[in-house]
Amino acid sequence: MAKVPVQFTLNGEEKAEFVESGATLLKVLRHKLGDTSPKGGCHQGACGACSVIIDGELKLSCLTLAETCEGAAVETTAGLAADGVMHPLQRAFVDEFAAQCGFCTPGMIMAAKALLDQTPNPTREDVVEAISGNICRCTGYEPIIRAVLTAARANSQNAA
Amino acid sequence: MAIWRGTGVAAVNYPTGMNLGGDPSQALVHSTPTGNFMVTLSSVDLGQGLKQVMAQICAETIGVPTEQVIIDTADTDTGPHCMGTFASRGTHRIGNAVIQAAKEARQVMLEVAAEALEVDAADLDTDGTGNIHVKGAPQKAISIFDTALTAHFKLGRSISGRGMFLVPRSFPETETGAMKPSTCYAHACTVAEVDVDDETGEVTVISVKNVFEIGRALNPRMVEQQLVGGSWMGISHALYETTEPYYPNREHGGTDFNEYLMPGPGDLAETEIIVLERPAADGPYGAKGPGEMCANPQIPAVANAIFDAVGVRVDTLPITPERILRALKEQRAGAV
Repeated sequence: MAKVPVQFTLNGEEKAEFVESGATLLKVLRHKLGDTSPKGGCHQGACGACSVIIDGELKLSCLTLAETCEGAAVETTAGLAADGVMHPLQRAFVDEFAAQCGFCTPGMIMAAKALLDQTPNPTREDVVEAISGNICRCTGYEPIIRAVLTAARANSQNAA
Repeated sequence: MAIWRGTGVAAVNYPTGMNLGGDPSQALVHSTPTGNFMVTLSSVDLGQGLKQVMAQICAETIGVPTEQVIIDTADTDTGPHCMGTFASRGTHRIGNAVIQAAKEARQVMLEVAAEALEVDAADLDTDGTGNIHVKGAPQKAISIFDTALTAHFKLGRSISGRGMFLVPRSFPETETGAMKPSTCYAHACTVAEVDVDDETGEVTVISVKNVFEIGRALNPRMVEQQLVGGSWMGISHALYETTEPYYPNREHGGTDFNEYLMPGPGDLAETEIIVLERPAADGPYGAKGPGEMCANPQIPAVANAIFDAVGVRVDTLPITPERILRALKEQRAGAV
């Protein structure tokens, strides 16, 4: 099949690839660019494990064709830590024991980041709504909700 | 037509491990040349934290910081024998094997340090931060780093140990049927509060209050995490999860996880967890197995709460709105 050139930034770095027409962004991120932080769970948009942020919006990378990302800014969990220091959301997920098997965690963190980028001081209901497209089998969600609220508080304290 | 509130209670007495052909696990411990300790297992960490707890158990037994222990659970072909991570057996069975292996390794480590310090091994102790010293004379000391170098490069010894824990199979007595299928039991009790809508059959879990007795909680935060997640999963088993969502015909069954219902973050009940610690005599540092039990008592508690609310006994899981409505219909027919 003919390949299609596509250029976008991944966590701020310029990327240029020839991809198969119809290849999903998830496949290109994991298999071409070596960023395995987005996970392939259901491959049909039901579980949220593959969530990434594209131009500031939360997207399912398993349902996004890579060729539609021309010129876009793509963010994944792999780009969150800066100079070896964890992002406040990552820190909060660790401190609140918000992961067990960890498979949903990258998607949860991106869903939470998309929320906090727009709504820095969310209510509990905001958090529940924001992660409602992400399935977790282990935690019972409560520790995840707590972690997102904790990260929001940490952010607002740093900003103050 | 109305919404009815009901309360239900259930308790569980949960065996740690299993009783088929005997329940063994083995572990091997050896030091690296620089005094870290490698624990080789063929057990698997499913995400519940087995590696962390095994590192704690090994570190506590040898007398080193947890960071100095590496857990390798790589391969069931090459690792020492383990029956596996199931039946709430991991912490108890594998932990006991790790203790035995770590004790043997500690003994060799102290013998090597005794050679280096020219003292008797029985007079030595560890300080828990990476050093070995003469009891009562902390200035007479050697680091575990140097002890390992001495073993590897001067004495030609392997600081290592073998661990084996076996709960033998228990057979029932012919006359009485009496047997001992498990050596220790964990316990739990749940009180569930539900609202049942007798028009739609819908159940809303208002709260679940859980008490778990799990022996010693070796890592209290991870125990809490497992219990909170398990409590949610118990509600999920009670009301949501089935591979046959389009009952009654099996050929109309779900085809993937999109059709496998679970409660989402918007469906959470108020959840309370209380942990009681009554150390098990034969547990590693007193631990029992909380694993599967954490998702069990919620199920009968919810079923009992539904009975308390609307007076119907549903004994098939999950307790779907359809099953409740059918039971209510039967109840009304019986009343006439």
